[in-house]
Amino acid sequence: MNRTFGGPAIFLDRSDINTDEIIPARYLTEVTKEALQPYLLEDLTLGGFDPRGEVLKQAAVIVTRKNFGCGSSREHAPWALEVNGIYTVIAEGYARIFRQNMFNCGMLAIELPAADIDRLFALQQQGSVAVVVDLDQQRLTASGSGQELHFEFPLAPFDKALVKAGGWVEFADARY
Amino acid sequence: MGQTIAQKIFAAHLRDEPFEGTFVLDLDRVLCHEITTPVAIADLQWRQKDRVFDPCKIKAVIDHVTPAKDSKTAVQGKILRDWAGRHGIVDFFDVGQNGVCHVLFPEKGFIRPGFTVIMGDSHTCTHGAFGAFAAGVGTTDLEVGILKGVCAFRKPVSILVNIAGQLQDQVVSKDVILYVIKQLGVNGATDRVIEFRGPVVDAMSMDARMTLTNMAIEAGGTSGICWPDEVTVDYLWPFISDDYPSKEAALADFSKWHSDADAEYDRVLNIDVTDLQPQVTYDYKPDCVMNVRDLSDTPVDQVYIGTCTNGRLEDLQQAAEVLKGRTLAPGVRGILSPASPKIFREAMELGILGVFMDAGFCITNPTCGACLGMSNGVLAPGEACAATSNRNFQGRMGQGGMVYLMSPATAAASGIKGVVTDPRDL
Repeated sequence: MNRTFGGPAIFLDRSDINTDEIIPARYLTEVTKEALQPYLLEDLTLGGFDPRGEVLKQAAVIVTRKNFGCGSSREHAPWALEVNGIYTVIAEGYARIFRQNMFNCGMLAIELPAADIDRLFALQQQGSVAVVVDLDQQRLTASGSGQELHFEFPLAPFDKALVKAGGWVEFADARY
Repeated sequence: MGQTIAQKIFAAHLRDEPFEGTFVLDLDRVLCHEITTPVAIADLQWRQKDRVFDPCKIKAVIDHVTPAKDSKTAVQGKILRDWAGRHGIVDFFDVGQNGVCHVLFPEKGFIRPGFTVIMGDSHTCTHGAFGAFAAGVGTTDLEVGILKGVCAFRKPVSILVNIAGQLQDQVVSKDVILYVIKQLGVNGATDRVIEFRGPVVDAMSMDARMTLTNMAIEAGGTSGICWPDEVTVDYLWPFISDDYPSKEAALADFSKWHSDADAEYDRVLNIDVTDLQPQVTYDYKPDCVMNVRDLSDTPVDQVYIGTCTNGRLEDLQQAAEVLKGRTLAPGVRGILSPASPKIFREAMELGILGVFMDAGFCITNPTCGACLGMSNGVLAPGEACAATSNRNFQGRMGQGGMVYLMSPATAAASGIKGVVTDPRDL
């Protein structure tokens, strides 16, 4: 799967954003990923954030804090990101199931230390930020307001292989 | 170096280690419900791989919205029902036989010590009460589980939670686990297995242990796990009596899973519960926990007793003891959902349902329903619920609603008073 990772970023300045906030349970009665598209982050109440706003509509990357995606196992959360063109999340940490779901879908859950996340948020204070991800080199560049920040990110070999394969079904089907 | 129970289960089920630190395990159980499975089924069909690795190891239930509330949930149920039918999945539980997955499947004897279990549901960690490694997964992991019978996990690292002391009257396993989550934090056990041990756990019934392990995920844990012991053997005996000559033999076999004395833990949390009071959550995170007495007088509009956390017979009994001879405060709606048909019947025969009805409760069929705001007790904006469930996220039981997590006895007492109430203060 040839997916491009990166693009305009939206910043969600809170830890523990849970799967109910990413996609509320009332939409779990949908049986296609596409049907989730209008409801991404609908229940997230966060100063300055508008779930129907242009910033989210344009975003291809989410930057956030600790324990993103905690709570339910619903893969509807990464799917809701996917059908909105968001294939990359950059956070200080994730809930296990959400993180695995991202990689299982061939998407990127990048983990950076708190200080690096702080630098990203500081850059965003000055204006909009776009991110370019080099998956092979495990590097990312955040640019905005005439500045560029460069980061290297860790990625478990298995997680990288899943992203390269396009997801866990593809990987597992070829191997088991 | 010795091994933890989780490490022993991993070693016994290791199919592949495609990369260092990634363990692909053979699965003993792939459990399915109608919310997270249909997309997996549709994807398998789209890939022209509509197969199952072993119909006997796959169990399925319609439990989240049942009976169907509208066309969409009817379709979800139908997808699961048709799929179970065409693949010969005999253990499929539909209206009339269905109950909350994490209550129903153990009750059927499907979960055994040393098993590996996955389900597309975060509270799958519940099954660790039987000494199994049981993890909630997403739909893609579920799909691969259905097709190939495997699932990948990182190296199992465990946190040991040692629970000692003497629980006071009206303080139960729900209070203990809320207190543990408060200590660990909502991500304190991320990528960790929580191993619950100590004399307090030893003295708990399987019902009470399942309440402990159920909420491991609320601290981020991959699985909660208890050692299999005499209590486990007694619970499972009707299902295993053909496999072992005696209970002692079963116990001896199960004991092979016990962690070694020199097993290594990432962290050890020693808790003495002697002074523990009834606990309750405040705010929107399950680690926001305080003494019930510190939140008392907070009004509630609804009481909800049931769910995979506290919808078992022992839970209903504890609530009924509080409710007996009393009624709900004016304006408070009481909802009881016994978590399985077996529990429903036993509660009926023991007169427990009568106590709830006399108190003014509505009794619904077994279902997950209101816990995640899908059906049978959704809150209106601004309303608050005293709930025995496991998650108090904002909007969890309905947009704009507030959820206070507590034990069945505390929920019952709160319903009677119309405000959050310590059951000892009635």
